[in-house]
Amino acid sequence: MAKLLEHKAKEILARFGIPVPRGEIAADADEAAAAAERIGFPVVLKAQAFVTGRAGKGLIHFCDSSAEVRDAASDVLGRTVGGFPVETILIEEKLRIASELFAACMVTDEIPGPLALLADRGGSGVEQMARDGKATLASRPFDATTGLKLYEARSLAVECGITGKQLSAVSGFLVRLAKVFLTEEARSLEVNPLVMTEGGKVFAADCHFSVDDYAAGRHPELGIEIAREIGHPPTELEKIAAAYEATDHRGTFYFLELSAEGDRPVGFHGAGGGGSMMSMDALVRHGFTAKNFCDTSGNPSAAKVYRASKHILAQGGIVGYFASGSGVASQEQFHSARGMVKAFREWPLNVPAVIRLGGNKEELAIEILGKFLSDLPVPVEAYGKDDSAAFCAERLDALVKEHPPVEPYDCIPTARTEVAKDEYAFDVRTGTISIDHAICRNCESRPCIESCHAEILEIANSAPRLKEPAEESAHRCTECLACELACYGAGMRSIAINLPIPGFDEYLAKRGGQ
Amino acid sequence: MSILVNENTRVIVQGITGREGQVRTRLMQGYGPSVAAGVTPGRGGEETLGLPVFDTVAGAVNQVGAVDASVVFVPATLAADAAMEAMDAGVKFVVIVPDRVPLHDVMKLCKFAEEHNARFLGPNTLGCLSPGKGVLGMMGGSPEAARDFFAPGRVGVTSRSGGITSSIAYYLKKAGIGTSTIVHVGGDSIVGLPHPEILRLFEEDAETDAVVMFGEIGTTQEERVAEMIRRGDFTKPLVAYIGGKQAEEGTRFSHAGAIVEGGRGDYQSKVSALGDAGAVIVERFEDLPSETARVLAELNGK
Ligand code: SF4
Ligand code: SF4
Repeated sequence: MAKLLEHKAKEILARFGIPVPRGEIAADADEAAAAAERIGFPVVLKAQAFVTGRAGKGLIHFCDSSAEVRDAASDVLGRTVGGFPVETILIEEKLRIASELFAACMVTDEIPGPLALLADRGGSGVEQMARDGKATLASRPFDATTGLKLYEARSLAVECGITGKQLSAVSGFLVRLAKVFLTEEARSLEVNPLVMTEGGKVFAADCHFSVDDYAAGRHPELGIEIAREIGHPPTELEKIAAAYEATDHRGTFYFLELSAEGDRPVGFHGAGGGGSMMSMDALVRHGFTAKNFCDTSGNPSAAKVYRASKHILAQGGIVGYFASGSGVASQEQFHSARGMVKAFREWPLNVPAVIRLGGNKEELAIEILGKFLSDLPVPVEAYGKDDSAAFCAERLDALVKEHPPVEPYDCIPTARTEVAKDEYAFDVRTGTISIDHAICRNCESRPCIESCHAEILEIANSAPRLKEPAEESAHRCTECLACELACYGAGMRSIAINLPIPGFDEYLAKRGGQ
Repeated sequence: MSILVNENTRVIVQGITGREGQVRTRLMQGYGPSVAAGVTPGRGGEETLGLPVFDTVAGAVNQVGAVDASVVFVPATLAADAAMEAMDAGVKFVVIVPDRVPLHDVMKLCKFAEEHNARFLGPNTLGCLSPGKGVLGMMGGSPEAARDFFAPGRVGVTSRSGGITSSIAYYLKKAGIGTSTIVHVGGDSIVGLPHPEILRLFEEDAETDAVVMFGEIGTTQEERVAEMIRRGDFTKPLVAYIGGKQAEEGTRFSHAGAIVEGGRGDYQSKVSALGDAGAVIVERFEDLPSETARVLAELNGK
């Protein structure tokens, strides 16, 4: 689940009338000092990063002057947390704390439904204190439609020993927190600490906000770039993948770069959560590290798998390519096979690959991989449901030992690369199909027609065309890539299915090409 | 018998004219059970795959008569609404196939289902399949594949990972063990019928002798199963594998999660809870079939 940085979370809370300390964000020491001057000393300077226990890691500083702010800002900015640099800091007024509480709303599967929590102590380690009986913890389920009622919130506060004037302040706070939680469809929303000041006011001094990735599309105000749990600010390639995925809803494509170091990094192409996890375990057992995590599942189109493969290859620096899912997939596996064939020939693949496409129509999938990739200078082995992930990882191990990465080489892609002499083209869902009718007129077998399961093509005037006008039929193309491969297989290469990935070529260019 | 689906189940398909709806309706028509009608708002009056299409579930039920289940293939953000429509029209069991259904939608649906005395499988589920009888959802993908993958028998399967659900049943079949019903409870953190509910059904099913369960880290489903066993609410042998052992420890972001789950949810907690309760825990996925065979042999020797 995607998370919000503290300053963003507090901005949302404030919109719902929840008191937060006055604060500003800054990206360098000058900005930080200027912000502190505006807020007034003393201030708190907090690195914006997805870690708990920031105080203990030197990521939070209390400052009394501009000079101190500058020093602290230069120290914190640019430091790496969890493998990724701190890019922003939050400067806030320092609260005069009388006591600290903990307040949260979360979803639990046990009820199932939302739960409101309040503890009479706050700060890190509150879960341990609650477990040890050193803190009082009150919780109660509330209605997902109508929200937390005031009397329900009050009962939580009373249970935590809150009395007098503070009783209504804390219960009002909880009701609003639940409102944010439901309105923004959070997965969990925690205020820790919830500060009661010497002046008797309550403030959200820190906030952890976990978004429901599946609802992020309905909440542009949250500013989520990638609605996934990634634990680091998204990399360029991850952003490219996510932006494309947001436009193509057939099946799932998820791409994540991993930071694990190892001398045998492998491009990993999984299918389905459970199967991917099992397959990565098998890789790790053979001394490989996964350079990335990638999942194409839920019956993705061949076009989607093609793009996923290109992301995996574009990372560079891999010694092998490993595709493996659960082993007995319900999705038609030939789509994945065709997508990989197109990507592998186009890139071209320069390391050994083991492709385990077990499941529905696996025989055809394995046949496709064998037929179209056997001439590559690197081995590509294909397996089905009767071969375990462990066995396939073992095969990759053997292949990688024998076949180091090869130098870039010329490979004939499945798509036509020459400019068409007599082009016939139509737009499909995420790309364009271009056919050179000058080539087609010399074609005898015309396998493109039969390969199209959508049955939208016919031969008219000695060349393939859409049977019906493009507006009525082109959207029925499932981007299965069968026609391009069939044409290539017939030795003609008249078809080029162009499937752009916005930002991808720019990314490669910036990186200095392949 | 079997649970959730058998040869007599009557089903409608919501979202029947979409890509998935078309392919999976063919699966159900080819493998069983019988599909009575389809629903796609705006396409009422049309016909597809030999079935009448209606604008609403109520309209469909009015015309074709009561149905036992509805399988939903609509876009994720419309899925909960579609399920509510079905329940409101008197359908007591809904299979919600789409992935990425918003969590708050599912929470509201849980309550709605309870009020309507209905239940649902999923979201993010392949569905359920009773070998030789019928399938609700997309398990197996095509009739031929489903016939090839699954064999009837007396072991129930319940799993939180879709692909793994079919894998378990297939590898059991290869080891000569047939299955009564194969259930993918769905991959999300809140699902309509989590493991404990499925085990309750298997407990009552006279044709299920033992159950194989694929658990995963996160949620309290497996711990609740352990409690059921301890309370005597589930008495049949249970063979379990828990995925996610390699998942990073200490990355938990939420104090609230830690407080509420109180250490439940992680790999060790699940393995020890189930082990202590008497379930057979399998460390390597590959060993599931042989362990299941051993458990069945013991059972029959008794
Ligand atoms: S197979 Fe290729 S060359 Fe032959 S008709 Fe089809 S598109 Fe043209
Ligand atoms: S035109 Fe037909 S064969 Fe070619 S990609 Fe589209 S659906 Fe596939």
